[in-house]
Amino acid sequence: MIPFFEASGFSYEAAWGLSTVIEILVISLLVMFAVAMVIYADRKIWAAMALRKGPNVVGPLGLLQSFADGIKVFLQETIIPSAANKGLFLIAPIITFTVALMAWAVIPFNSGATLANINVGVLYVLAISSLGVYGVVIAGWSSNSKYPFFSAMRAAAQMISYEVSIGFILVCVVLWAGSFNLNDIVKAQQGHVWIINGFVANPLLFPVWVMFLISSLAETARAPFDLTEAESELVAGYQTEYSSMAFALYWLGEYANVLLMCALNATLFWGGWLPPLDIPVLYYVPGTVWLLIKILGFFFIFSWVKATVPRYRYDQLMRLGWKIFLPLSLFFVFAISGYLMATGHFA
Amino acid sequence: MIQVFAFYLFASLVIASGAITILARNPVHSVLWLILAFFNAAGLMVLVGAEFIAMLLVIVYVGAVAVLFLFVVMMLDIDFAELRAGFIQNAPLGVMIALVLLCELVLGVGAWKTGALQLGVASGMAQTPGGLSNTAAIGALLYTRYLFLFEAAGIILLVAMIGAIVLTHRQRSDNRGQNVGRQVARRPDEATVNVKPAVGQGVTL
Repeated sequence: MIPFFEASGFSYEAAWGLSTVIEILVISLLVMFAVAMVIYADRKIWAAMALRKGPNVVGPLGLLQSFADGIKVFLQETIIPSAANKGLFLIAPIITFTVALMAWAVIPFNSGATLANINVGVLYVLAISSLGVYGVVIAGWSSNSKYPFFSAMRAAAQMISYEVSIGFILVCVVLWAGSFNLNDIVKAQQGHVWIINGFVANPLLFPVWVMFLISSLAETARAPFDLTEAESELVAGYQTEYSSMAFALYWLGEYANVLLMCALNATLFWGGWLPPLDIPVLYYVPGTVWLLIKILGFFFIFSWVKATVPRYRYDQLMRLGWKIFLPLSLFFVFAISGYLMATGHFA
Repeated sequence: MIQVFAFYLFASLVIASGAITILARNPVHSVLWLILAFFNAAGLMVLVGAEFIAMLLVIVYVGAVAVLFLFVVMMLDIDFAELRAGFIQNAPLGVMIALVLLCELVLGVGAWKTGALQLGVASGMAQTPGGLSNTAAIGALLYTRYLFLFEAAGIILLVAMIGAIVLTHRQRSDNRGQNVGRQVARRPDEATVNVKPAVGQGVTL
């Protein structure tokens, strides 16, 4: 887009600034639209598994339900508890929402089609996802209420626990791809095993992907790891005191994070914008379509898990994170780097 | 132009949030300002081309260390007026430490500027050798030239971690921990007993 603006008479810096702002807006708008549709899909899938109809009144098949909900919360009153720490109480949902959108900057939507094609894309995603916990923790503390506070403490411990194993899992992928750049990681998966695109077909990396999928459920605090908003114990967790748009920002941020984790699963293990098989015919379908199919497939798995798996107890969650995933992921780091050294992958 | 603007934005935010970290009355606010300082410092790192260090700064300090800070500070019920009571008494020590740090900074920057120690280019950013990416350049140095120092640092951290666990770990005999292996290995015939007690007699289990 930069050449277009330069041709229209802008200097390079102005053209760069303008095109970046436009790209950011386009990505954010698309992600927000995807979030609205995915919330609808989540409710429909959940309803179908419970033999209900789900949203079916607003618009054809209830397709406009999310937008109706959006307008509804927008028109509601924002209630701030009198004992709350007002500034932080209002900043917290903004942090969650902003951070959920920030990580999309490095996701490659097609060959080379990223907002920021940086060298350390994987680390950037890890850094941004580690920021997500602040929205929850600050909300819990500033609400000045016991249930949100419990929820905030759970969230802090949970996110730190699973980030450790996610870090090791990413190391495995980076070792094999030989790059931190997400675009290069996708390219490294082309024809990885025979004609299959994607690290997931590799017997050493398949268990790593399973761990990553479960850890991404925990990292986004989705069922069965949604202890931060366990309604039977904590009312609504950190969101208890929130209303109207502030509440909606959490809702949107949470789903944007879920979509991001689906995109990461697709990008890191399932070949991102590459077609599933390395056959020339399949490359006629645009890469964005393949990525979208993979993201939605993973989202279906996320909804499916939410509808069918009962919630973990807190000590079970910690046990899974520290006693099972941490040693296992560490083992796979050793195994994979050992295998790569033995086969001369680094030479 | 945009680099200069970004530099001054990040630099002034680092200094401002660093100052407010100290001045804030509420410890939770202090930690949050500290996080903002870390974040902007990471921005400065990106500007000089050290994106690997920048991301590590965010992951390690903002993502882990500061979360633990916040976790602890949130649960404290500190009366800050009481903490500030010893300010005059402790001020000379604080000033001394500040002076030592200032001297070290001046010495360090001075030595770097003279360039006698070959620490890097004295003007602007230091380029990575051979057009390597940041990460590869650091890795190549860390795992060859500084391998033993790096491993030693690792061992020290490991010892510190084990020490902390040993010091705080206490075996509790009164709690019933979950033994997943035992649960999974349990079969229906050993979990249930079929009894037919006679009328008027109880059951001993």
